[in-house]
Amino acid sequence: MTETLSQYSAILLYCTMVVYAAAFVAFAIDLAQRSAAAGRPVAQSGAGEQLTAAQRRAAAQTTQTASGQAGGSGTVTTLDRPTVIDDDAEIARTRSGGVVIRVAMALTWLGFIAHLLATILRGVAAERVPWANMWEFSMTGTVLMVGVFLGVQFKLDLRFLGAFLIGLVLMLLGIASLQYYVDVVPLPPALQSYWLVIHVLVATLATGFFALGFALSGVQLMRTRYEESEDSPPTWLGFLKTLPAAVTLENLAYRLNVIGFILWTFTLIAGSIWAEAAWGRYWGWDTKEVWTFIIWVIYAGYIHARATRGWRGSRSAWLAIVGFSAVMFNFGIVNVFFKGLHAYSGL
Amino acid sequence: MPKPRTSDGITQPRLGPSGWLRWFWRQLTSMRTALLLLLLLAVAAVPGSLVPQRSSDPNGVTQYFRDNPDLAPILDNLQMFDVFTSAWFSAIYLLLFASLVGCVIPRTRHHLKALGQKPPKTPLRLNRMAGFIRKEHHGAETDARGAAGAAEQLLRKSGYRTVMFDEPATRGRPGAYSVSAERGYLRETGNLLFHIALLGVLVAVGVGGGFGFTGQRVVVEGQTMVNSLVSYDSFNPGRFFNDSSLKPFTLSVDTFDVTYQSDPNKGAYGQALDFDVKTTTRLPGEEPQSNRIKVNEPLSIGGTNVYLLGNGYAPTITVRDPSGRAVYREIIPFLPQDTNLTSTGIIKVPDGLADQLGMIGFFYPTPFELGTGALTSAYPDLKSPVLELRAYRGDLGINDGTPRSVYTLDTDGMTQIAGGKSGTDALRLGLGETVELPDGLGTISLDEVNRFASLDVHRDPAQGWVLLFAVLATAGMFAALLIPRRRVWVRATDGEGNTLQLEYAGLARGEDPQLAQAVADVARRHEAALDLEAPLDLEASPDFTSQRSTSSRTDVNSSP
Repeated sequence: MTETLSQYSAILLYCTMVVYAAAFVAFAIDLAQRSAAAGRPVAQSGAGEQLTAAQRRAAAQTTQTASGQAGGSGTVTTLDRPTVIDDDAEIARTRSGGVVIRVAMALTWLGFIAHLLATILRGVAAERVPWANMWEFSMTGTVLMVGVFLGVQFKLDLRFLGAFLIGLVLMLLGIASLQYYVDVVPLPPALQSYWLVIHVLVATLATGFFALGFALSGVQLMRTRYEESEDSPPTWLGFLKTLPAAVTLENLAYRLNVIGFILWTFTLIAGSIWAEAAWGRYWGWDTKEVWTFIIWVIYAGYIHARATRGWRGSRSAWLAIVGFSAVMFNFGIVNVFFKGLHAYSGL
Repeated sequence: MPKPRTSDGITQPRLGPSGWLRWFWRQLTSMRTALLLLLLLAVAAVPGSLVPQRSSDPNGVTQYFRDNPDLAPILDNLQMFDVFTSAWFSAIYLLLFASLVGCVIPRTRHHLKALGQKPPKTPLRLNRMAGFIRKEHHGAETDARGAAGAAEQLLRKSGYRTVMFDEPATRGRPGAYSVSAERGYLRETGNLLFHIALLGVLVAVGVGGGFGFTGQRVVVEGQTMVNSLVSYDSFNPGRFFNDSSLKPFTLSVDTFDVTYQSDPNKGAYGQALDFDVKTTTRLPGEEPQSNRIKVNEPLSIGGTNVYLLGNGYAPTITVRDPSGRAVYREIIPFLPQDTNLTSTGIIKVPDGLADQLGMIGFFYPTPFELGTGALTSAYPDLKSPVLELRAYRGDLGINDGTPRSVYTLDTDGMTQIAGGKSGTDALRLGLGETVELPDGLGTISLDEVNRFASLDVHRDPAQGWVLLFAVLATAGMFAALLIPRRRVWVRATDGEGNTLQLEYAGLARGEDPQLAQAVADVARRHEAALDLEAPLDLEASPDFTSQRSTSSRTDVNSSP
């Protein structure tokens, strides 16, 4: 029975991947259409569109000066700095109204529901939470990434990230189904704790937010490149014209990464409490603990970089990218190849 | 003496020792340095995960030395096996915390002052501020003063600190009333709390490590351990530890039950599902208490916690001389080598036989014969246990009092008499069996097999403080990252012909993505409070997003 359910779950996940692949194609077509549209004169644009690249740079500089004046020379994060560009307006300005993006979103929702069902089915098969080995971490981690992506849309229109994010999710699911599939096995005594539910779920949720922040920072870097070059970008990057300004992308990335950071802090503390009960010490520099710490410090640096003269913009974006790379390293490499107490990959 | 000159001709002041110190302190407490130290800390932690650490994996370090005899001493000189207590790692975090202190002190002072102050004067040109809205109402029943008063009331109710200004008419400007309001002081409070709490965590971790201890002890079913220094197999005291913090309790392991996944048709056959140690503890002057220890459920006794960290088998072995007299009877914990608990142990019989006798034992709880004839264990529970022994006779090397590990046998001065190349098969014993030792030395019996629990006794007097500071830091972080600090202004001006002109604007003091919305919200609620309907919008177009873009463009153009 358990095996049958688990296999249904896997099959459902493969179907999910097909739907996501279709969504990915639709998101890519939308970007291509944006590229094409960017070549034509813009019809429905608001005032923001007319800002030239030079003006945008000036805006960014104003922001930096303000930061320097208000921030003083403190170590403690100072965030006293007016935001010159209105993010909501920027997003509204660049909203894509096309049919294709709606199809892409519909497919993503469909995929998400199948994905969620597959994950729940695995949990039912195992008679516990579906996050106790690499296969399950991958499944739950990606379902939360897509969930965060879809959930954020109710507050912010970030549909333009679809290709980036669904692409990432497809890649992770691909690796998982090739490398990580394991049958359901009972939990070892060390994992039999309600902290498994809390600690791992929050960590995975944090990963979802970091993933979206990472996608935004990546797009931000491309967009900055476009804004700084006076020439038009190559045709295939034409869609960059139709995306929000780099400053807006940076602000959005920051908002998501901050949520990720808070969740990550909680992960760290919950993990310590659990480690105290299970291993007799709250902190012992186990390899996974080391990497959790490294990730926390990188994102703390990222938050401080926002308030440090000369570190806003591309540099802080790179920090966010390094941070997410560390998250992926912690998940894909440390879990599987490093020796330590967190040896629960099930491989 | 000429003043030092830089190449571009700028005269720089000469710095005395105190000047340099001040310069150094200013550099250290700058945001940029703090950021670099943070990133350096992240990088410095990486080797701690690549190279085994003495603190978390001492056996790994030994193995590393064996595998990389050339590289290991070099790494050891660089303190790579003790990264987190190394001089360089400590230097980074101590500098970081010094930098933090140097920043927190002036900011706390500044914040305390700000907490006692009223919001500053309303700026003259609100249209340069964020989220600016201007509206004009005809035939309003309120005058400017009343409108401003209502705004003040509304803002105060929403948690703003407010102050009202009567702005007399000047050249080119009619008289007006304005309200200057600020909220979100908790943001900076939280920010400071977060950083101070981090200091608290550091201090508490240090104190806990200094006064606490960890001790390991293997206890076989039926045995009792006493909480005193001599009874531990290994013991790591903190720097300021003294014996008096060892509460004199005893702990007996009554039974140790393990449940395994026993259905061979399902996955993970033989995986442990549950470890359950039943114990009896005694504190002086108190009744004995029965309790249990499980993997995620330590036992708390006398200010210390007792954890179950490992398990294995401890065979009871009796050796008799040819006359049948028992010369040796010990319960020997065998160290598990794999998940099916194939275990190894050492038996040393120094006296009573014709020669000293040493044996290397292999224990198979559920033996399975491989094609080669060698045994392995196929399941971790005791089904039909077998003990296999290689025996050596000669000199155990303990006569001169040299301390030897009970887990190793030095066979240099000995001759192998059973197993290996000795020409005699290794001795094999089932439970309750007795076999003859070679050379007519006597007999050996496997009387009994019990489980042992590997217990970790741990005391960290500051552990609760670490948690408290961590929770405080998190609370502070919530406030510092999520509560917006903002100023909002409302200005009311009486226009000609019974018109009332209202202006609203805000200023973000830190990350505040909702500012424009908040200002618009204040305007809406203010109008509702004043019972104003159908306002005549002057500058706020129905789609005020484009309006805000215009004002932001003004900002851009006016900045140098």
